[in-house]
Amino acid sequence: MLLVSTNRGNQAAGRKRRRLTLTSKRAMMGYAFVSPYIIGLIAFFMVPIVQSFIFSLNSFEVVEDGYVLIPNGFEYYRRALFVHPDFVRNLVESLLDMVTNVPLIIIFSFFAANLLNQKFRGRAAARAIFFLPVILMSGVMRTVDSGDLLQSSLGLTQTDSGGGTLQAIELARVLFQTRLDPRFINYIISAVERIYDIVSASGVQILIFLAGLQSIPPSLFEASNIEGATGWENFWKITFPMVSPLILVNTVYTVIDTLTNSSNSVMELIEEIAFSQNNYGFSSAMAWIYFISVMVVVLIIIGIISRSVFYQE
Amino acid sequence: MELALGKQKGLLHKTTETRHRKRTLNLYTLSLYGWAVVRGVIVIGLCFLILYPTILKVFVSFMSENDLYDVTVKYIPKNPTFENIKKVWTAMRYPQAFWNTLKISLMTSIMQLISCTFIGYGFARFNFKGKNLLFALVILTMIVPPQTIMIPLFLHFRYFDLFGIVSMLTGKKGINLLNSQWPFMLLSATGMGLKNGLYIYIMRQFFRGMPKELEEAAYVDGASMFRTFYQIMLPSAVPAMVTVFLFSFVWQWTDTFYSNLFLQNLRVLSVALGSISFDITQQIYWETGVNISLSPVVSSMYTNTASLLVILPLIVIYLVAQKYFVESIERTGIVG
Repeated sequence: MLLVSTNRGNQAAGRKRRRLTLTSKRAMMGYAFVSPYIIGLIAFFMVPIVQSFIFSLNSFEVVEDGYVLIPNGFEYYRRALFVHPDFVRNLVESLLDMVTNVPLIIIFSFFAANLLNQKFRGRAAARAIFFLPVILMSGVMRTVDSGDLLQSSLGLTQTDSGGGTLQAIELARVLFQTRLDPRFINYIISAVERIYDIVSASGVQILIFLAGLQSIPPSLFEASNIEGATGWENFWKITFPMVSPLILVNTVYTVIDTLTNSSNSVMELIEEIAFSQNNYGFSSAMAWIYFISVMVVVLIIIGIISRSVFYQE
Repeated sequence: MELALGKQKGLLHKTTETRHRKRTLNLYTLSLYGWAVVRGVIVIGLCFLILYPTILKVFVSFMSENDLYDVTVKYIPKNPTFENIKKVWTAMRYPQAFWNTLKISLMTSIMQLISCTFIGYGFARFNFKGKNLLFALVILTMIVPPQTIMIPLFLHFRYFDLFGIVSMLTGKKGINLLNSQWPFMLLSATGMGLKNGLYIYIMRQFFRGMPKELEEAAYVDGASMFRTFYQIMLPSAVPAMVTVFLFSFVWQWTDTFYSNLFLQNLRVLSVALGSISFDITQQIYWETGVNISLSPVVSSMYTNTASLLVILPLIVIYLVAQKYFVESIERTGIVG
């Protein structure tokens, strides 16, 4: 970077010219490749996020040809946390939902990836179907399907009627006879009842795990087989540690996906306040509280999981 | 095989060894068949679970209202009819909405593909100051809920003004870019669109997994860095690019967040699906002059029919692309 002296360099022909080293040339190319992102980051991310914080501290008045801001302090934050009837409840509920769903999604997608990694007839078709939820349950489809009457009355998504719950009761009876911890049993039963939600939220995660499973060098398995390891040992001593970085990636992805998808109740509330009630300041304050809670959750999860992750390098 | 090998250890006597192997092998093949059956049941069951709602939608979309209330009708309607599809088709203004959606989705996904490939390559192969910080910001853009920046973005495109040039020239407060594809294009071109953080991440991981020798060979042969990129790296990046393109096209197609934010008058399928029951009552009102309210079951029938119409084009694309897509996983190498 220090060696840029192109001003004079070209004109003086016989003069010794200081040229860019390869390293700095590559650095320049790097900036060139990333430059669209830098522009976007400043124009469409940094500036808006600062603005949004300013909005949350001001009350927003639309006037002719623009808007004016009236300073308001942390009033909106106080109102969101202590006055608004639904905000805190929705926030806590969606965080709790996330805490119950994410482990199930991770476990299921890891299981499914292992399944799809084996060789069997019709594997290509099975893979194609397992990734279908990426399409079937994206964006508006998720919102529409989750509250749909016909789907639930014909017995798929969770409701009080329909066949799904009856079977879960049977399962519950069997499980309660095993004398496990009732809390654990209830968790399993709730998982069985929500199996469709879980399966349909794991498309991308299965994809990521599968890519990870396929990047494990087969020589590791060959060596351990020669040493006499069983399949079970192979799984825990080779597959699991090799894939563990992806458990972190997938957990973070799942948390973000469940907390920021548009059918999330907090998100709906924020959008409603912004566009139905035109209260931009209040909505920005809520969005900031939400953003900070998501951030804290993600950091906690990274802190917990990254301790037990195995990195090859 | 592992079992058999494990048991064989230390068995020196030849006859016992062969007998032993025979027995364990039998047990082994038996357990193999057992597992194949269990696996088959699990895979088929899960596939059914995933496909069931869509199959149901297909049946429901051909049902008449009487079939809905008829207890004996579970899947196959007694009076199959195209009435639903026709109604939904006109209420959504399907051809127009389809065309708008196709235009926006295609343009944004191509833009996103180009920008994310460039950016991902930049992050994967070059060392420059602040790279790690910038990449951390890529992750941060994924974590920030889009609702946090939605109002500033909305105002940004409502009064779009790059460095104050527009207000200097015309004296107005910027141009209104809402209700056009420009907000989508600008966001995608700069890697800030819907879930672009994920695409940048995928492309970066892919390029990181490519052998460096390829590029070095090209440099030695005198290719410029840019030429190396598009002649050597791009052709081998096709699988990852298919994945990114498919994701971005599909997610843009079904997105309601940015569409609601930037398009109030331009009709797209995802927004039309959200308001289908309302649109149908409106349409009935215009046709007959009677203001009826749909029963929940009937309105659900229309919603299911409409959502089938929305995803049908996507399923067709998926069927074409899935071969590349599923194969590409092996080479995408999305590894953390």
